Amino acid sequence: MIWVNALVQGLLLGGIYALAASGLALVFGVMRIINMAHGDIIVVAAFLAQVLAVGLGVSPFVVAVPVVLIVAAAGYWLQRLLVNRALGHDPLPALIMTFGLSIILQNVLLSLFSADSRRLDAGPLADLSLAVMPGVAVGVLPLAMFGVAVLALVGLQWVFFHTAAGRAFRASADDAEIARVMGLDTNHVYALVTSIAFGLAALSGIFMGVYGSFDPFIGPSRLIFAFEVIVIGGMGSIYGALMGGILLGVSQALGAQINPQFQQLAGHLVFLAVIVLHPQGVLARSKA
Amino acid sequence: MTQTTNLPARPPRDLAMARVAAAAAVAALASVPLWGDASAERILGEFLVYAALATLWNLLASYGGLLSVGQQAFIGIGGFALYGFTVLAGVPMLAALPLVALVGLVAAVPMGLLSLRLSGPYFAIGTWAIAEILRLTVLQFPSLGGGSGASLPSDVLHTLGETRAVRSRVVYAVAFAVAAGSVGITFALLRSRWGLGLRALRDSGIAAEAVGVRVKPLKIALFCVVGVMTSLVGAVVVMQKLRVAPDPQFAVVDWTAFVIFMVVIGGYGTIEGPLLGAALFILLRELLADFGTVYQIVLGAIAIVMMVAARKGVWGLARGASRFPLLSVVRRSA
Repeated sequence: MIWVNALVQGLLLGGIYALAASGLALVFGVMRIINMAHGDIIVVAAFLAQVLAVGLGVSPFVVAVPVVLIVAAAGYWLQRLLVNRALGHDPLPALIMTFGLSIILQNVLLSLFSADSRRLDAGPLADLSLAVMPGVAVGVLPLAMFGVAVLALVGLQWVFFHTAAGRAFRASADDAEIARVMGLDTNHVYALVTSIAFGLAALSGIFMGVYGSFDPFIGPSRLIFAFEVIVIGGMGSIYGALMGGILLGVSQALGAQINPQFQQLAGHLVFLAVIVLHPQGVLARSKA
Repeated sequence: MTQTTNLPARPPRDLAMARVAAAAAVAALASVPLWGDASAERILGEFLVYAALATLWNLLASYGGLLSVGQQAFIGIGGFALYGFTVLAGVPMLAALPLVALVGLVAAVPMGLLSLRLSGPYFAIGTWAIAEILRLTVLQFPSLGGGSGASLPSDVLHTLGETRAVRSRVVYAVAFAVAAGSVGITFALLRSRWGLGLRALRDSGIAAEAVGVRVKPLKIALFCVVGVMTSLVGAVVVMQKLRVAPDPQFAVVDWTAFVIFMVVIGGYGTIEGPLLGAALFILLRELLADFGTVYQIVLGAIAIVMMVAARKGVWGLARGASRFPLLSVVRRSA
């Protein structure tokens, strides 16, 4: 039963990993750059949620909407004012710019909040659980967060393939120059893409902050998880992200069951196995 | 001979003077133990470490197009290999260095093969993930000191020299040799046939492949050369600090992020730029030493500004006036 429990925990956590990864995959898919500060954005959102929730005396879920909107707006202007200037054939300038941002965010968080690790307090909600079958209980909160994460991913998929904005995203991804010739303002399109990515990252940051602890320097490890999700699930597909997230979450949970120290290593080993066996991701075969 | 250059026939006289000044600076740097005090030796020793790392990263990224964010893996491998050979196996410190290089090579081959299955920015984070996996793996071995790390015992230190002054001179000399070796290898490689292949590779992988450059083996070879040298730098770091611990030894910020910033602040794609960047980094850090981690914020901000305003770095700006490099690896054609 312990193993079934671990499996369920891992699966639910995997939904949140998929959410964290989707923003990274979206930015990469449209602009061919990796936001090295993606993990730090996730952490910034958690700190922001804590400051607002504690300040207003409410649950972190109540402030989730303003936090997501604030972080998304910051993403829009960051892309518009800075990162757009670094785009081009060479991926280095954008990598350095976002790496610089990552170091700045970590140190600003450190000076504001100290190096202590903290957690978002979900209140009495955290204790509710449903007995699915004898010996296996599922927390209501993880289940709800998983549900919201899946909804957000489905929503992203819908925006990407069924709206005018999504068409602009896909056009800019396919050929930015042609997109500009056809009258698209790609600077605005890229900024919108980044703001959506930041919003999704912020939501995942709040969820992760409820699940486990965070501190100013945990961003890079969040980024690596998100990246591994994309590699495991295959690039450029939202179902791939979900599959990758769940595989990573489950392998971490099972690893932790063997020995708490193996939690992270187990996830990393699945990632290595995927690069060796299926560098295009585990879903690649079904596409081919 | 056909016209292969659009430069004036003779280098201007200020270039000759600049070369003399550069040679004097190198001689001064080599002889620090003869004229400097302990703190000069410490700070310049650190400069040598960063000069080597910046040179190596520049070689990897600007010529090989391999944007690694995981070079801290080799700092860790080199440091822990040195610890293993000297403390656990009892090899004298200097004799352990060739073994460290060998371990670096043995590690670099699978790491290169694995991470090169990913391309572009994915390669970058792939190398980082591998470094993180190595850090977590080392943490599992209590004989390597575990989470809190371990110091080099005094009988191991004595294999370097009897007194502290002698030992620190030897360590400085090793650091100088590794830094000079890194610059030398970069220079020699870029002037060679492989250098042309590398440059073709950087400009366009597909075109390079089409004219007969064997892209993948060349990239793996470059990754290995840089990995071996970076492992040696890792050993030097442990010799300087006299202790080794997983978190500082595998730190992405110290051994990769700062190094990348040095390269782009100094001047990407040149031999001189990374050296200048390393010097500016040490200067900035010492100037802001009283303000905690402010220098990290300043450094990140400078790197961002450089990407917007001056992609060629300080050396690129300085060279704008005189178009002659101190060390030319450029084969110009009109």
